[in-house]
Amino acid sequence: MTQLSSFHGGLHLAGHKTLSTSQPIATLPIPARLVIPLNQHIGAAGELLVAVGDHVLKGQALTKPVGYVSASVHATSSGTISDIGEYPLPHPSGLSARCVVIDTDGKDEWLPHQGEPSYRLLHAAEIRNRVRHAGVVGLGGATFPTSVKMNPAGQIIDTLIINGAECEPYITCDDMLMRERAKEVILGADILLHALGTAHCIIAIEDNKPDAIAALRAALKAAADDTQLGDIAVIAVPTLYPTGGEKQLIKVLTGKEVPSHGLPAEIGLVMQNVATAAAVYRAICCGEPLISRVVTVTGEAVAHPQNLEVRIGTPISQLIEHCGGYLPANPLPLSARADGSPSPQKGAGRPVSQGDTLIMANRLIMGGPMMGFALQSDELPVTKGCNCLLIQNVPAASAAMPCIRCGECVTVCPASLLPQQLYWHASSKNFDQVQDYHLFDCIECGCCSQVCPSHIPLVQYFRFAKTEIWHQETEKRKADHARVRHDFRSERLEREKREREEALRKKKELLAQKAAAETTSGEDDPKKAAIAAAMERVKAKKEQSESAADSAPGKNA
Amino acid sequence: MSVLIAVITLSSIAGLFGLVLGYSAIRFRVQGDPVADKIDAILPQTQCGQCSFAGCRPYAEAIAKGEADINRCPPGGTATMLALADLLGVEPKPLAEEHTGEPIKTVVYIDEQTCIGCTLCIQACPVDAILGAAKQMHTVIESECTGCNLCIPPCPVDCIHIMPVKVQPETWRWPLPEHPPGTAPRVSAL
Amino acid sequence: MRFNTATSPHTTPATSVDQVMRKVLIALIPGTAACAWFFGWGVLINIGIACVVAVLCEAAMLYARGKAIKPYLMDNSALVTACLLALALPQLAPWWLTAIATFFAIVFAKHLYGGLGFNPFNPAMVGYVVVMISFPREMTQWLPPLLLQTHVDLGFIDTLRLIFTSTPPPGLVWDSITMATPLDITKTQLNLQFSIQDIHADRNHGPLFGNLGGIGWEWINGLFLAGGIWMMWHRIIDWRIPAGLLGMLVLLSNSFALYDYASYPPPTFELFSGGIMLGAFFIATDPVTASTTPKGRWLFGAGIGFFIFVIRTWGSYPDGIAFAVLLMNMSVPLLDYYTMPRAYGHKWSELPGEDKHQDPKQP
Repeated sequence: MTQLSSFHGGLHLAGHKTLSTSQPIATLPIPARLVIPLNQHIGAAGELLVAVGDHVLKGQALTKPVGYVSASVHATSSGTISDIGEYPLPHPSGLSARCVVIDTDGKDEWLPHQGEPSYRLLHAAEIRNRVRHAGVVGLGGATFPTSVKMNPAGQIIDTLIINGAECEPYITCDDMLMRERAKEVILGADILLHALGTAHCIIAIEDNKPDAIAALRAALKAAADDTQLGDIAVIAVPTLYPTGGEKQLIKVLTGKEVPSHGLPAEIGLVMQNVATAAAVYRAICCGEPLISRVVTVTGEAVAHPQNLEVRIGTPISQLIEHCGGYLPANPLPLSARADGSPSPQKGAGRPVSQGDTLIMANRLIMGGPMMGFALQSDELPVTKGCNCLLIQNVPAASAAMPCIRCGECVTVCPASLLPQQLYWHASSKNFDQVQDYHLFDCIECGCCSQVCPSHIPLVQYFRFAKTEIWHQETEKRKADHARVRHDFRSERLEREKREREEALRKKKELLAQKAAAETTSGEDDPKKAAIAAAMERVKAKKEQSESAADSAPGKNA
Repeated sequence: MSVLIAVITLSSIAGLFGLVLGYSAIRFRVQGDPVADKIDAILPQTQCGQCSFAGCRPYAEAIAKGEADINRCPPGGTATMLALADLLGVEPKPLAEEHTGEPIKTVVYIDEQTCIGCTLCIQACPVDAILGAAKQMHTVIESECTGCNLCIPPCPVDCIHIMPVKVQPETWRWPLPEHPPGTAPRVSAL
Repeated sequence: MRFNTATSPHTTPATSVDQVMRKVLIALIPGTAACAWFFGWGVLINIGIACVVAVLCEAAMLYARGKAIKPYLMDNSALVTACLLALALPQLAPWWLTAIATFFAIVFAKHLYGGLGFNPFNPAMVGYVVVMISFPREMTQWLPPLLLQTHVDLGFIDTLRLIFTSTPPPGLVWDSITMATPLDITKTQLNLQFSIQDIHADRNHGPLFGNLGGIGWEWINGLFLAGGIWMMWHRIIDWRIPAGLLGMLVLLSNSFALYDYASYPPPTFELFSGGIMLGAFFIATDPVTASTTPKGRWLFGAGIGFFIFVIRTWGSYPDGIAFAVLLMNMSVPLLDYYTMPRAYGHKWSELPGEDKHQDPKQP
């Protein structure tokens, strides 16, 4: 029905997906301790609702959303809060942020909750509110609060796209979710359609996932027999990295391009991930907040790659343990493995020592091999944005050679940029030029770095330039703010000085008048006059000090 | 006669241009000092006075008049100095030895146990970032503090301390790759 | 457990500079073999001299510039330059000519501009032009193709002696060994008011002209073409530059041959004479000095084709590849600037600096 289009560039990458799709999604047991970061989405962190020592139930809100772009965070099992403080986050910086630590009691006791299976009776705003308080965010990795994207805000949304492309190698969590919970995805999509007031929905899946496509088509048929569904279509798109990128998938499906610096809503489109759709279904129809997600644990250096249903806040080390742990440095013959993918031993990097045994893995990646980031440690919690944990042995990068301007990066760039020019200007910190070459249209897909014969870490240069520009903008805003505050203060001091002088002058005049009057009435009582003058002085001083106290900031600001 | 014509012609042309220029000077008069504004826009607005001027604006005006060097702003660091050199088309001048690194952003905080509520720091703060009243405990509004440290000397009980601005995951910046292409050190490669 | 961190992508890179350069060298093999077949040992001896000088110069310059020597020497780029240069020079060029050309190519054209990746001009062509202008007599020491060598039989030792001492084998003089190339003859005879047909049919110069171009030259060009297609297949070079170059050359020569077939050689002769295929697939496609945008590459190739035709037809040199390439190298920054592709989400291709900055979105 739809004429598919294509985007510029892209790469055909080896999928390595069968590595982790041989087993159904397993549920991880309740860990003894959960570390739940308070801010797991783009936007403002919520307001803390609990305190150390509180007993919380599974599904109980730990924060309440503050501001428009915000979402709640929930306790993912029942237990006692043992600490609220700074813990390291799974973030490329390795920095810490505020987390709630729950010592679980093992009862996994739910907070009483109730869903609304007949969601068509709910008003769109009510659905958005429920989704917001259920803490649903974009589960594709961007973690943008879903409730915000569900608000058309005056724009007419013509098509909802459910993104099941999952184009990055190794990752299979969406694939498995679509196979096993196709009905949830379909109904979630229908809820989103209802909330957006949109007629059409396309569920797009890369054609290397025939099982998921079949499962969704079957579920769609079954659900359409049961209930009145919107116009939902399941469409297979050609496998090409990065088809799963929002802008690229929109181009493939509709032939339209999201305007630079704009949002898909501007061209009448909204895109949600399949896992997000399933989470919306759970939030609305079952009343369950987002407390767990499917995580792919895979890679050549882990014993049993598979998909796990994991509570948010579970330490990563437990997931790996559940998957049989790290493979030793001298791995078993790979013929025993489902994928039969080539051994990474050739040119392998230096393994990491774990106690007295050497393990094969030297890198732990959150996300896929192309866009994921390497973690410093496996003692970090799983967050809402964690779709995959990739345990690999990546050979150490060889020293970068100078750019030979071969133009391969230009050929593969899915945003039609000139990465070699961007690199040139980013490396010389030429931040105006780098924006002239549309740095902010870069989606950091990593295609350019992958094909670069000089092994230049192009994406890192682009990230450097982006964060540096943001930093400069922030500094500029702060400086402008400080200037305003300073000017205001200078003006205020000036005004106060003027007022004081004015008051002094008036007083002098008054005194002079009085003195004149007194001289006319005769110098009967100089003592009295002196007392009066002293009284005046005291009064003036008092006024002065009061006005000084008034000048404290906040009152005048 | 011809000499006279030449004199008259030239004088009238001169007079005409004079009038045009005079009119333009009034008609297109620039309010304020645009160069000082541009300089002021580059300065970090900490208002710390380390340049020996009473704030960023006076320093900007002094630079515009050519009375001050461009290398006297430690909070701006080398980046600000280079931006000024670029704007004014002058040679960059290195900052004093101790300020050459990237400036570390700091803010101050008041040790609330020790504060006696004397309001001296409030009067010193150039951006009204300290909140409090006489005999009341004071506090620093962190988001407004520019890190100028002007409040520290007046404090009679030394209860104001400097702390570096903490880097959050959201404000963290990606570093440049360690070895730029083509600069692999000779020793390690051979 | 703690792990190393690194930036994404966490994959092994698909290729490397030394692999790219090695593939270029491999693609040169068939054409070089044909050269050696038709013109004897001189070709290989020249390549040997050029390679040795290139590697020595490269190492010395890297040392002088304080760079790591090993990774740069291993990138094979100096060898590619040396081979291209040696293939462009006459087979019996004296050893010092090859050495001087290579020295200029590596030291002046490459390293004084900043080394690999920074040179604006194609090093091999700079070296070629330097000796072309400085030593015009030596640059004409071309051998007749093997099929014509009825009276000369130069062995390996004879060729070595010729190159290193410039003494012809006993009983021979220079003029009896060397002869003008088909392009040379066409040019001089055209100037003498002969028609193309007369020149190509005239056997006074020996059986010099084959079905397409010069005898032997057809094969050499054909095999360089094959090497070029192999490189395109392996995505070492972009197809647009050779396509633009050859397309422009065919267009121009065809138009002029149609207009006056007696004074202008046919396109087949233009394509299969001289170093056209070597130039189109190996020299013009040098990534460092070529344009990088898709449109820019078309224009870059077409520009070279245009200048080759102009120099061959109206210039004073028989072949103009080197000058054409250098002229277009100069225009690369301009081409790149004005042919920036339209980025995703932009209505048209704004030139750098025209895009009004919007506030970058901070997540």
